[in-house]
Amino acid sequence: MSKLDSKIPEGTLEEKWMKFRSTVPLVNPSNKRSIEIVIVGSGLAGASAASTLAELGYKVKCFCFQDSPRRAHSIAAQGGINAAKNYQNDGDSTFRLFYDTVKGGDYRSREANVYRLAEVSSNIIDQCVAQGVPLAREYGGLLSNRSFGGTQVQRTFYAAGQTGQQLLLGAYSALERQIGLGNVTMYSRHEMLEVVTIEGKARGIIARDLISGKLERHFGHAVLICSGGYGNVFYLSTNAMGSNATAAWKAHKQGAFFGNPCFTQIHPTCIPVSGDHQSKLTLMSESLRNDGRIWVPKKKDDTRKAVDIPEEERDYYLERRYPAFGNLVPRDVASRAAKERCDAGYGVGKSKMAVFLDFAAAFERYGKQQVLVLGIDNPSAAEIRKHGMDVVKEKYGNLFDMYKQITGENPYEMPMRIYPAVHYTMGGLWVDYNLMTTVPGLYALGEANFSDHGANRLGASALMQGLADGYFVIPYTIGSYLSNEIRVKPISTDSEPFVAAEKRVQETINKLFAIKGKHSVDHFHKKLGKIMWDKCGMARNEKGLTEAISEIRALREEFWKDVRVTGDANEFNPELEKAGRVADFLELGELMCMDALQRKESCGGHFREESQTEDGEAKRDDDKFAFVAAWEYKNQGSFELHKEELVFDIVHPTQRSYK
Amino acid sequence: MNLTLKVWRQKNAKEAGNLMTYPVKDISEDMSFLEMFDVLNEQLISKGDEPIAFDHDCREGICGMCSMFINGRPHGPKEGITTCQLHMRSFKDGDTIVVEPWRSKAFPVVKDLVVDRSSFDRIIAAGGFISVNAGNAQDANNIPIPKPDADKAFEAAACIGCGACVATCKNSSAMLFVSAKVSQLALLPQGKIEATARVQEMVAQMDKEGFGNCSNTGACEIECPKGISLENIARMNREFFVANLTE
Ligand SMILES: Cc1cc2nc3c(=O)[nH]c(=O)nc-3n(C[C@H](O)[C@H](O)[C@H](O)COP(=O)(O)OP(=O)(O)OC[C@H]3O[C@@H](n4cnc5c(N)ncnc54)[C@H](O)[C@@H]3O)c2cc1C
Ligand code: SF4
Ligand code: FES
Repeated sequence: MSKLDSKIPEGTLEEKWMKFRSTVPLVNPSNKRSIEIVIVGSGLAGASAASTLAELGYKVKCFCFQDSPRRAHSIAAQGGINAAKNYQNDGDSTFRLFYDTVKGGDYRSREANVYRLAEVSSNIIDQCVAQGVPLAREYGGLLSNRSFGGTQVQRTFYAAGQTGQQLLLGAYSALERQIGLGNVTMYSRHEMLEVVTIEGKARGIIARDLISGKLERHFGHAVLICSGGYGNVFYLSTNAMGSNATAAWKAHKQGAFFGNPCFTQIHPTCIPVSGDHQSKLTLMSESLRNDGRIWVPKKKDDTRKAVDIPEEERDYYLERRYPAFGNLVPRDVASRAAKERCDAGYGVGKSKMAVFLDFAAAFERYGKQQVLVLGIDNPSAAEIRKHGMDVVKEKYGNLFDMYKQITGENPYEMPMRIYPAVHYTMGGLWVDYNLMTTVPGLYALGEANFSDHGANRLGASALMQGLADGYFVIPYTIGSYLSNEIRVKPISTDSEPFVAAEKRVQETINKLFAIKGKHSVDHFHKKLGKIMWDKCGMARNEKGLTEAISEIRALREEFWKDVRVTGDANEFNPELEKAGRVADFLELGELMCMDALQRKESCGGHFREESQTEDGEAKRDDDKFAFVAAWEYKNQGSFELHKEELVFDIVHPTQRSYK
Repeated sequence: MNLTLKVWRQKNAKEAGNLMTYPVKDISEDMSFLEMFDVLNEQLISKGDEPIAFDHDCREGICGMCSMFINGRPHGPKEGITTCQLHMRSFKDGDTIVVEPWRSKAFPVVKDLVVDRSSFDRIIAAGGFISVNAGNAQDANNIPIPKPDADKAFEAAACIGCGACVATCKNSSAMLFVSAKVSQLALLPQGKIEATARVQEMVAQMDKEGFGNCSNTGACEIECPKGISLENIARMNREFFVANLTE
């Protein structure tokens, strides 16, 4: 029997959230003051939840591992945030955003959750503007929108290429305000290393003060995990260096089921790896695909410079394979197509693991428009090109500069080289409609949960989800749990469960130092990353996944015998932090492969080579796999699969086609 | 290329530190400055030495975490970028590079190149916000904002809170950082309501944290990786003046 109750409210799709909000039990203000909430994470999800719950009167403790909550990885999001405002009068609506998200997720998300997300999306924009977030505007003074990720409506709000930064700074300022008022205690440079459960309920955490190295015990009537995604299991990704799975993984090992761990998003437009020293990958905004054309030479191992390859010897493979969408096919499709060409030997650049993103046609197209506008008669080709470049510069100048800074090549003179990179994890802790995990009192918000994006996330939807969860969902849903907790007095952190949890953490730390092996933490992390990328990356098959599982097990064993962690536990020690995170990645990686192995269909970002159409497109299997895979932790290396069946009342699954 | 690094080593806030010399070999010009440090740290670990602690996270110039003082300049020799965006092609074979932490009374050293910048958070907590609880907001398009004001507010809001402005200033003044936030909010109609209290509280906190006074040398603007302009300081001075007049 399934242990999963998604707690979706009764009623029609449109009624569910409204009814829920008007009937959810409330906690009265005087009781709120004596209820403590622990929040792990200060990104969009964590900061918005912390400030909002504090505004409501709860006592909040918020944790992040960076030196300031403002540096959470949400800061790096570039493109934008979706909202069904329909400001452009182009036919957008709550329903359309809901529909696009369910379809974009390849029918592997919950309708009720997604509908709620679409409903509150508008409030997010209102809230952010009220906080002073400087979103882009038109000359009339109203907000500007762009279309993003191939949607047919313009519903994406943005702040140049720094949308995540601006939204996070808004949430951070709300959080700092509550800190100043004494309603939130902030613990920066703290890493959560264990969840404390008492009689089956989450009651606090163990955190390490990263400066002194001391372990601390923190009680909470509820614990919220807002710790972001786990893309760094691949070693190289667009995530920040510190992004990790530890908080979510510790929660998992204390009983929270892990949902769809294998669903990973691989972003098609990133700067390729330049050598073994590579520590992370940089995203080039998806918006570039609006104007850039992607191609490789028609000849294998063509070493000519891009500009020397004549037009007829170029293969614009996305335009060739997907004439209807061309260069704007969804992320998963574009990524796989690039891999296919490079694997077949047509890749470019030193590593041969890259494709061209070429703006020459855009220079010409915009240039021709510009010379008309400027009234230039008989312009030369060079003049046209120059004016076109100016237009492109205006639109993407910062991205072109960034590319030049990193690669040392001038993208105005030669096409960019790009390759896909791990970017986002749709999987995460399984949560019900209330965002509660399978452990009572333990919640997961933002990228850390599995909830709204199914098997593939649409561009500009993660920022929306993080803020929806924190500002507008959790403040209501947490009431249904906490209203029954008002009689619970703060539990002493000297009690046995806290002591035992701290002891577990201490033992792991001792064990890591005791190994005194030969290899650095990064050595193991890189090896794990390679296994994951090769066998659980853009294309997966039974043989590869089976091999990956045994390779990861062997690597994990080697890690626990041969890792070298320098320094001491009672000091600032980044090597120790990394070691703990990589130890967790080494377990999570295995579960991801198991999940990918189990899901014998292709859907969204998960491409099983055994499940494809004749022309190499992904083939879903709704009869067998229309479920959320929720994994229960049993023992090291042993997990039990539970299934939450997905029911589609409104949106009827069809095979996605971009031909 | 082969280089000589002189790096500040300091065990913790209490103990004294000093510059240590490390040779590094076979550095590729495609590496970032921090990747070069990764290579050096791998070398140190393989010898059983402690790696150099330095702050970093996004490695793409947006989180504001990286903070190295390179050959006498915060974030190194190139303008408009952070340490993590600096690439080794900006150096030549045989160079000696001196790397130190940010130095300011308000940024005590934690370890090696890592400093404590929580004073910046406390300045924001003192007033760097608009007091609006979640759920209170009106429709976003009910507040039209002239594009030039919105653009200026955005430019000020681009500050990443790295502290290079403080590190480069001979007085350790935090004026550029504080004025960026004051300006962003003062330029927007939503922010005008609390403008008086905001500038006063933020300036009071800034003084309390031990940052020095601004003597208009303009070094901060030159070293700021996000191009935050001195105009913001002028705007903040006006705001502060008006606030004190209306007391
Ligand atoms: C380069 C890039 C560009 C992107 N662009 C877009 C975009 O344009 N639009 C969009 O919608 N989405 C985008 N995304 C995705 C989006 O940015 C993220 O999914 C989202 O910001 C995640 O927010 P979060 O609050 O869940 O987590 P994060 O912002 O990652 O925050 C995690 C927090 O948890 C803390 N933490 C983690 N572990 C621990 C621990 N053990 N102990 C204590 N604290 C811990 C961290 O310190 C941090 O405060 C992008 C992602 C990347 C990588
Ligand atoms: S003003 Fe510039 S230098 Fe100062 S903290 Fe902000 S971004 Fe850094
Ligand atoms: S590491 Fe984030 S700005 Fe340099």
